[in-house]
Amino acid sequence: MSIDKPGRRQFLQRAGALIPAAGSLHDAVPIIARAAEARQVSPRPYSPVFFDASEWRFVQRACSLLIPNDALGPGALEAGVPEFLDRQMETAYGHGGLWYSHGPFVTDGLPEMGYQYRFTPREIYRNGIRDGDNACRSTQGAPFADLPVAVAVAFLKSLESGKATGGTLPPRLFFEQLLKNTREGYFADPLYGGNQHMAGWKLLGFPGARADFADWIDHPNERYPVGPVSINGDRN
Amino acid sequence: MTTRKKPVDVVLVGFGWTGAIMAMEMTEAGLNVVALERGDMQDTATAAIYPRVIDELAYSIRGKLFQDLSKETVTFRHRPDDVAVPYRQQGAILLGNGVGGAGFHWNGLTWRPLPSDLKLRSHYTERYGARFIPVDMTIADFPVAYADLEPFFTQFENVAGVSGKAGNIGGRIMAGGNRFEGPRSSEYPLPPLKNVYGDTVFAQAAEDSGYQPFSIPAANASQPYTNPYGVRMGPCNFCGFCEGYGCYMYAKASPQSTILPVLIMRPNFELRTRAHVTRVNLDASRRQATGVTYVDAQGTQVEQPARIVILTAFQLHNVRLLLLSGIGTPYDPATGHGVVGKNFAYQMLSSVNVALPASTEINPFIGSGAGGKSIDDFNGDNFDHGPVGFLGGSGIVHHRTGGRPIGQSAVPKGVPAWGSEWKRSVQQTYHRTLTIGTQGSVMSYRDAYLSLDPTYRDSFGQPLLRITFDWHDNDLKMCDFVTRKAEAIAQATKPTSYQTNPKKPGTRFDTRIYQSTHTTGGAIMGTTPANSVVNRYLQSWDVHNLFVTGASAFPQNFGYNPTGLVGALSYWAAKAIRSEYLRDPRPMVDA
Repeated sequence: MSIDKPGRRQFLQRAGALIPAAGSLHDAVPIIARAAEARQVSPRPYSPVFFDASEWRFVQRACSLLIPNDALGPGALEAGVPEFLDRQMETAYGHGGLWYSHGPFVTDGLPEMGYQYRFTPREIYRNGIRDGDNACRSTQGAPFADLPVAVAVAFLKSLESGKATGGTLPPRLFFEQLLKNTREGYFADPLYGGNQHMAGWKLLGFPGARADFADWIDHPNERYPVGPVSINGDRN
Repeated sequence: MTTRKKPVDVVLVGFGWTGAIMAMEMTEAGLNVVALERGDMQDTATAAIYPRVIDELAYSIRGKLFQDLSKETVTFRHRPDDVAVPYRQQGAILLGNGVGGAGFHWNGLTWRPLPSDLKLRSHYTERYGARFIPVDMTIADFPVAYADLEPFFTQFENVAGVSGKAGNIGGRIMAGGNRFEGPRSSEYPLPPLKNVYGDTVFAQAAEDSGYQPFSIPAANASQPYTNPYGVRMGPCNFCGFCEGYGCYMYAKASPQSTILPVLIMRPNFELRTRAHVTRVNLDASRRQATGVTYVDAQGTQVEQPARIVILTAFQLHNVRLLLLSGIGTPYDPATGHGVVGKNFAYQMLSSVNVALPASTEINPFIGSGAGGKSIDDFNGDNFDHGPVGFLGGSGIVHHRTGGRPIGQSAVPKGVPAWGSEWKRSVQQTYHRTLTIGTQGSVMSYRDAYLSLDPTYRDSFGQPLLRITFDWHDNDLKMCDFVTRKAEAIAQATKPTSYQTNPKKPGTRFDTRIYQSTHTTGGAIMGTTPANSVVNRYLQSWDVHNLFVTGASAFPQNFGYNPTGLVGALSYWAAKAIRSEYLRDPRPMVDA
């Protein structure tokens, strides 16, 4: 099933959620709660602009493993992090526009001296995904997105540990970029496409853009009682 | 082609805290003042409005208010014989940009250094003997004493609406305050901010350990406040979005929230934004500044003649502009000669992450920029350094600025960085992790300095500033010592576990991880042209109508946030300019 095209079932769930909620105030709370759970299974439809079809499958698979959907709640895939990543690629950040990008590029120095490659985030993803899929094809006979879970996890670990070598750029560089941006998408305001239904904030118990706690100072060691709100005013 | 503007009395280069203070003082003296700011106009209404400002990705992570590194950055190297490389992405330091500078996005911790911090070399020499100071350590006394500066600390604190509790008023030790501080002439203008729960836990543990914790002096108004200029501030509501953000509550002191509303109304003041100063111009004698040259938003080169030039940019930028303008002799670490760029210093941080019992609820997102609790027993020379064999010290603090999910959620060391295990851990850790931090001094050394980079350039084609800096044994020893003290307080919270993040011997300075933007030195103040760039009134020894404000004047760094002293030195120098220099424009200290 394609993630970026919603099924008819999902559409009906969404449409159905609104009608009884408006019709019966008494029933509203549990119905909205159930609808929210149902919505969280899949992200909203999105057609990628930067990633091509095979890159999109790679990114979706990576998101599902880096922050999985589990008993604690939706993961990065369900929270729309692939959409976040794709949209970030179209920003000045994605184009490397926030980084000093003049050479010479001295890449054999100490890690403490920071990022010294010429690659922009777009280039890191494009090359990193291609290298990754090539490596998976040559060792496993299939692209990353088609590997069994345990094999795919082992592959990500090989990128993370720096054991993987070869390719256009250091595999670890790609992995760190991917993990960093995945977390950003899971926890940033839903404005940017990820953290849909504020799934990341609900995991933490972070109240989003409420940003006024003058009263709750006087309730030490007592959990703040209100759920999250987004910049656009979404509460669920 | 260069456009020539009408001459003014004073031109200010940069409009952050010291630019705003100097503009206020110089316009009050009746002078025509132009402030040149390379960034955009920004204030609460345009750059800090709720709810758009509550956007962690745009502000803290992508750095909306930070210097655009794609246009200008610095280069770093550890040692004078290394090749420096550019600081390409935001990491260890977060420089500001635009009106307010770093004073718009800072936290607001507004300390005074200890009286002994200001006479460091003579103090250590007197108490421990000259041989106690390592030979490669180039520390010096400030050429101005705490008592000289006291009225100006008070003035800045009153303007900034600092919330705190005095520990020493006129020599009388006050309960609840910092008993180690220098004598103050008065109480803080506002009472301390309320404690978040973590403050209470830390304070209790510190008391149980025999210390007397006190509230960190915070330029976050604890109550509605009207400052001496008549500018009104609102009360901090602990929104948890302070450092990296403008304050939508008008509670965090910034040039915008405390000075600009009054200053901008003055007919003898002009703030010109998108004006990037490329050099200070000198006359043929090279002893007199004639003004500055800048590039405007259209890319046009503009000359702004002025009778007095004041560099009021950030520490690093002040030093770079001196070097680019060929003012003063650049420092040479091989010979020790020259002064411009000398004595670059920083600060040394460590932390202990304490896991409180599982039922604890710290509501980590409830935080202010500068509220919190501290102990000062191991700062400066508040303890006997004889047995420990190092100079300097550190505050030990709990200071909760928020629980922003991207940057302020973490898992303990050893937990995987992703997968279901990470998810479980990040959820559990978030509500019960208390961080105890140390922020300590960094001394100045013969091999830590600023110079122009021979290779890398900014978007105007000018050389970047090169920072040559690494940790030294003295400061690593200090950090180890105070981190153990912090660890003991962590144990006193009766935690389920804790992890210490020390700096081990041999740790290299790491540009990748944010530490602090408390960079100092490079245009230090001193007693002679041979040992300093500016005199005790921040006046250039070489060019008497040029003044250089800011932390570039510090001969070394101490264990407190620098802004309190930066503000005080600005008011101190402004007074000297107004009362002496304007009447008789000449060097105010004989060389």
